Amino acid sequence: MSADAIRVSGRRAPRALFVHQLRSEQLVFWRSREAAFFIFAFPLLLYVLLSSVYTGRIYGVPAPEALLAGLIGYGCANTAFAGLAIQLVLRRENGILKRLRSTPLPSATYVGALLVSTLVVFALQTIALFLLGSVFYGTPFPSDLASLVAAIVIGAAVFAALGTATASVIRSAEGSSAVVNFILLPMAFLSGSFGSTRHLPAFLRAIADVLPLKYFIDLVNAVYLRGHGIWTRPEDLAVLGAWGVAGLVFTIFKFRWEPRER
Amino acid sequence: MPAIEVSGLRKAYGNLEAVRGVDFSIEEGEVFGLLGPNGAGKTTTVEILEGYRQRDAGEVRVLGSDPERPEPDFRERIGVVLQQSQMWANLTVRETHAIFAGYYHAPREVDEVITVVGLQEKADARVKTLSGGQKRRLDLGIALVGDPDLVFLDEPTTGFDPQARRAAWEMIRSLRSLGKTVLLTTHYLDEAEQLADRVAVLREGRIVRVGTPTELTSADLQTEIRYRQNGEEVLVQTDEPTRVLAELTSAAVARGEELEGLQVRRPSLEEVYLALTAEEAEEAEVET
Repeated sequence: MSADAIRVSGRRAPRALFVHQLRSEQLVFWRSREAAFFIFAFPLLLYVLLSSVYTGRIYGVPAPEALLAGLIGYGCANTAFAGLAIQLVLRRENGILKRLRSTPLPSATYVGALLVSTLVVFALQTIALFLLGSVFYGTPFPSDLASLVAAIVIGAAVFAALGTATASVIRSAEGSSAVVNFILLPMAFLSGSFGSTRHLPAFLRAIADVLPLKYFIDLVNAVYLRGHGIWTRPEDLAVLGAWGVAGLVFTIFKFRWEPRER
Repeated sequence: MPAIEVSGLRKAYGNLEAVRGVDFSIEEGEVFGLLGPNGAGKTTTVEILEGYRQRDAGEVRVLGSDPERPEPDFRERIGVVLQQSQMWANLTVRETHAIFAGYYHAPREVDEVITVVGLQEKADARVKTLSGGQKRRLDLGIALVGDPDLVFLDEPTTGFDPQARRAAWEMIRSLRSLGKTVLLTTHYLDEAEQLADRVAVLREGRIVRVGTPTELTSADLQTEIRYRQNGEEVLVQTDEPTRVLAELTSAAVARGEELEGLQVRRPSLEEVYLALTAEEAEEAEVET
């Protein structure tokens, strides 16, 4: 009783906790060489390789410009969907998520910091893509920066929701990378991340028409290549929004913090 | 005020009743051991107290809180070592401690905690390079870095070699000297005997005995007296070893014989434990 009375009780301020957790997430991300390479650097490498292979025009614009939009799309799905899903499964199965729940860190702060940390990585990657394009292939910088930033935040949010939903169904850390890439790579190919999809058979294009990545790439295309404002693309936003809400609802009902019983 | 009070605690997973009416209380500063075989309900009980699981029935108070609806500073005041967990492989021991320290309002000094758990030489080593025992010490370090009043240790030494277990025991003893309340689960009898002020023996979701390790060993089993007579082993079990031994020896002296291989022994905690769990198994059969 006396010990209780003397003890100074209190908690850290929410903002201080958030900043601490965001810094911790950044440290964890960049410290893992595999994550830093496959999530951050790999799309940059692909961009340089593909831009060196394709010399003509895609969709009526120089190939390096079209590929820039495609690789931003791939980067978004790779970072927010694949990277987040793999990391969450690993942390859940290792018991890190469970362990954190017994600390004073609120779950909302944890999730918020993780999402913002993912957005930071994707934003840096997008900046790096524009710099690479500009330096090596003379691509222009986006004219409507506000719309591009909005598109990137929306894309990251939608794919993060799908990433957490996917993490909810993957059962083991060992298989998570295979499952996620089995979804990611065909989706990126069909959605035009790596070049034009006009030559694809109709049924493959029909598959791409229901996947979210095509709509995100279309949105980035419209904003970056044609200088349209983001609100000129309500269809893209609607499809992305529907996928995002579906992923979020699925996550809310199915996400577990604790590892599978062994 | 007790640090932990539990009464009538029950928890089932589907048809499996993991905890079937458990009562105990733990005083501030006490090291309390929950002892039992795998599947006895130890981890379920501890995880209800930590706030991970919801109970089906019963009353639970942990540091004055109901863990299902904890006071705001409940998690500031508990430290948890889970049965299994692996921290970020690529961070160092110091970075991992610093991350956890950042969650608490009044954490302890990181380097001081690293020294307490004996990882000072590994402070800058990546977690993935640590041995199993060192990783377990890291788990203990991050449970202590928030300076908790109450520490939960779920099988803290499972899988350790004997030397690592002794080192872990020293650390757990040092928690007592810091005035922490400790709830320890183990299926190692010697561990409970070595560390706990009081032990509750858990079997199939029920507590079959509570007491100090000495009480458990002295109360239950009769003292055994063994010797050989005409080449045959004789075993006498008695509650009055002094009188029985005096009778046996004086009779032997009167006959001018030696009681060959004479042994007098008290049962170990292990034997009490085996006897308790065997009794319980028989009762369970009768019940069904």
